[in-house]
Amino acid sequence: MSGYLADGLPVPVPSSDGRDAPYWEALAENRLVLQRCNNCRGWQWGPEWICHRCRSFDLGWEETEATGVIYSHERVWHPVHPALKDHGPFVIVLVELPQCDGVRVVGNLLGDPMQDLVIGTPVTGVFEHHRDHDPPYTLLQWRVD
Amino acid sequence: MRGAAAVAGVGQTTYWKWGQADEPEFKLALRAIMAACEDAGISPSEIDGFASYSNDRTEASRLAAALGIDELKYAVMQWGGGGGGAAGAVANAAAAIATGQADCVVAFRALAQGQFGRFGQGPRRNTISGANAHTVPYGLMSPAQMFAMRVNRFMHDHGVDQSALRAISLASYQHAQTNPAATMYGKPLTAEQYDESRWIVEPFHIYDCCQENDGAAAIILVSAERAADLAHRPTYVLGAVSGSHHRVGAPVHNDPLYATSSFTTVAPRLYEMAGVTPADVDVVQSYENFTGGVLMAVVEHGFCEPEQANEFFTLDNLLAPDGDFPLNTSGGNLAEAYMHGLGLTIEAIRQIRGTSPNQLRAADGGVDVSMMIAGPMVTPVSSVIFGSDATIEGIGA
Repeated sequence: MSGYLADGLPVPVPSSDGRDAPYWEALAENRLVLQRCNNCRGWQWGPEWICHRCRSFDLGWEETEATGVIYSHERVWHPVHPALKDHGPFVIVLVELPQCDGVRVVGNLLGDPMQDLVIGTPVTGVFEHHRDHDPPYTLLQWRVD
Repeated sequence: MRGAAAVAGVGQTTYWKWGQADEPEFKLALRAIMAACEDAGISPSEIDGFASYSNDRTEASRLAAALGIDELKYAVMQWGGGGGGAAGAVANAAAAIATGQADCVVAFRALAQGQFGRFGQGPRRNTISGANAHTVPYGLMSPAQMFAMRVNRFMHDHGVDQSALRAISLASYQHAQTNPAATMYGKPLTAEQYDESRWIVEPFHIYDCCQENDGAAAIILVSAERAADLAHRPTYVLGAVSGSHHRVGAPVHNDPLYATSSFTTVAPRLYEMAGVTPADVDVVQSYENFTGGVLMAVVEHGFCEPEQANEFFTLDNLLAPDGDFPLNTSGGNLAEAYMHGLGLTIEAIRQIRGTSPNQLRAADGGVDVSMMIAGPMVTPVSSVIFGSDATIEGIGA
């Protein structure tokens, strides 16, 4: 086991159309980049081909601090995937990034899975590398400040 | 569209635990459709359209050929997963009839998960890409997990207690005890059993989650004029709509409202079409994928303010016939069967006809206004209001 969750879950690879490749490449370098419109300057997540505000196709990628607040959370008990059988409870958080127009990302909350989960709690990102895996990948996890 | 289409007949097969159906899925669909024809007292030859949802595997053209219908005029699949189309299929069928595209349309759902894969399982592959790559590697992969996150936010925002979810679950189980067709008939659930049951994902205990079942159900819709000639008390489609608000489908949980069942714009359109208000609705069937979805859907259809939820969602209040808000009166997806909502739609029709296993009191045997809410938290969602004869000349007409 090399990360928060047991090995054996499907690992992320960039989509075949290339839409989110810059995101995964940046995570491997300990950087968080998200989609930002070069026309109206609005942030957008998940990645799309067009800006949902101004409908510009001119979308770029911009780095942001990996800091946010817990928007919602859940403690998972039932192992829906065989890799998580006997794993025990774990926590998934939905993290809002106020500095990026409030877009949200999903990750695990590191630490005791029975810790109190409080909406609004500030959290900081932790880059969880799986460099020896084939293919290698990096997840963005979160820790309470 | 109000009042243009009416229910001719309803049909269902035996309901099994998932994977245990003793007949193939396509044959189950045929059985439910034939049962609906018999209930309606019409020949299958009259059928000229099919409407389903959630990528149903039973193809309209194969049904048309197998049943030997004269001509296929309408074959429509509602986009979207889960049971978001359990009322939308009725809406599409009614729209076809109202606009003259077809005369006799079957809305149906068929499931045999032994023959095919189990519904709602996490992916079994080594890599994942696209929107799911941003959730699945964190262990977020089942419907319960996708929706618990929304429900936790809603309960936090409005101070809703676990007791509200428990009441929804207990009401379904209690209603199933008078429904011999229910898979949980003879298997009552107590508050203690609920409290002590295992978590799936907080705030959902196992009894907050729908069953998985095999079976099929079908509803035949015809014009109001044709229905007047048939045996049953006419049950009109007063309103039936689908959809969802701004960017519900934004990937990676970026729906701007988020703590919602996706009915914020759908419900007002439903009431406008049906010409009724929440106060006119006699009884509600609200699709339990998870009890938290029912909570939000009932709020978004205007039956209760979110801050009143702890007082509103009590077992006594949700039970037929004496509660102020009888809910899921056949046992619903939790305790009758999970036909991806079509069973709840049929129960809404039974309440108008006066044939529910937990029939509400009404002078002439059935209620006048009966609602079914489909697939909370997915997109698109849908809901339908059925009405009796009295509603065509009465409320809102």
